[in-house]
Amino acid sequence: MEAAVLTDRFPRTQVLASQDMPTYQVAGEDLVETVRFLRDAQGFDLLADLCGIDWKDRTPRFGVVIHLLSTTHKEYLRLHVGAVNDAVPSVSSLHPGANWHEREAFDMFGIRFEGHPDPRRILMWDAYPYHPLRKEFPLAGIEVPLPAADVAEVTGQAVEPAPMMGGPFVSPGGKMSQAEPSALDQSWNEEKPKA
Amino acid sequence: MGGCPNLRQTTMVKSDFGYNSKVEGEVIVTRADAVVNWVRSHSVWPMPMGLACCAIELMGAGGSRFDISRFGMEVMRFSPRQADCMIVAGTVTYKMAEVVRRIYDQMAEPKWVVAMGACASTGGMYRSYATLQGVDNIVPVDIYISGCPPRPEALLDGMMLLQEKIRQEGGSLKRTFRGRTVETKIVR
Repeated sequence: MEAAVLTDRFPRTQVLASQDMPTYQVAGEDLVETVRFLRDAQGFDLLADLCGIDWKDRTPRFGVVIHLLSTTHKEYLRLHVGAVNDAVPSVSSLHPGANWHEREAFDMFGIRFEGHPDPRRILMWDAYPYHPLRKEFPLAGIEVPLPAADVAEVTGQAVEPAPMMGGPFVSPGGKMSQAEPSALDQSWNEEKPKA
Repeated sequence: MGGCPNLRQTTMVKSDFGYNSKVEGEVIVTRADAVVNWVRSHSVWPMPMGLACCAIELMGAGGSRFDISRFGMEVMRFSPRQADCMIVAGTVTYKMAEVVRRIYDQMAEPKWVVAMGACASTGGMYRSYATLQGVDNIVPVDIYISGCPPRPEALLDGMMLLQEKIRQEGGSLKRTFRGRTVETKIVR
């Protein structure tokens, strides 16, 4: 598909630089019609992936990336949509496979998908107060109560920040080290006397 | 004893109906606790709490090659009401922790917990916001098995260690949890 096919029909669409597949910046207002046009008129009939991005310093801060595949033309295509006011129109009415992907993007980034039939979290529990894949969220987590109050009462357990010990999967110094990736902070190691 | 009943009929004498010292051997005297523990240790019915790849090794241990039934604990029960040993095999997320605890509460006493593998024991490599850092934070664990995942032999070794532990138990149903003795409280 020529880029002009899309940019002529949707003037707000821009071509983005990409190394692997044609990539377009689509305006949020055009997204549903763009995906519909690509599906019905251009043969991009399979939604391969849909995910969120936290751009941190950009405005809008969040974006949604949609990968489409044409099973007839054997072509991939990528759409990027900025989430103005953290909201993006849902494409799950066009591609049912987008349903859970959009729930995951909402769960992890807090991007609202307008028109989604079931806008709930999918990985974390419903009452979880944070969106863990946002840049400012620490990998170790933030302390909150357990999802089940009765279990928390019996066990005295909460959702606690995980001990990072210098962070997981860090290769020891030197390039192309043969040693196993391990934590930088080895204070937990039994080689050191325990406090 | 044994043999064809018809043949036995011809030679049957009165003493065959009573206590036969040649067959039964000498009388064994023991404590009730020891007998009960011996019976319990050889009729462990595991509840396979398979949550990740450790569950595959758990299945391997149940198969014919490793054959967990050699040690008298092959009866995997998928209902907690019928099980007395929960094998937590895999990563316990905070979302799943509630389920693990609830299933533990639904098991009848006496009950034991085996933390199989790094994740169930300590959270393993999952140092993250989503993963419970060791199932011993929510249920009392009797045996920890190292490995990621442990081989079936390691699981069998752990289960035999559990049998040894059961055989040494007193009569009490109280157990230690986080360093103190607790009675099991039921969560509905």
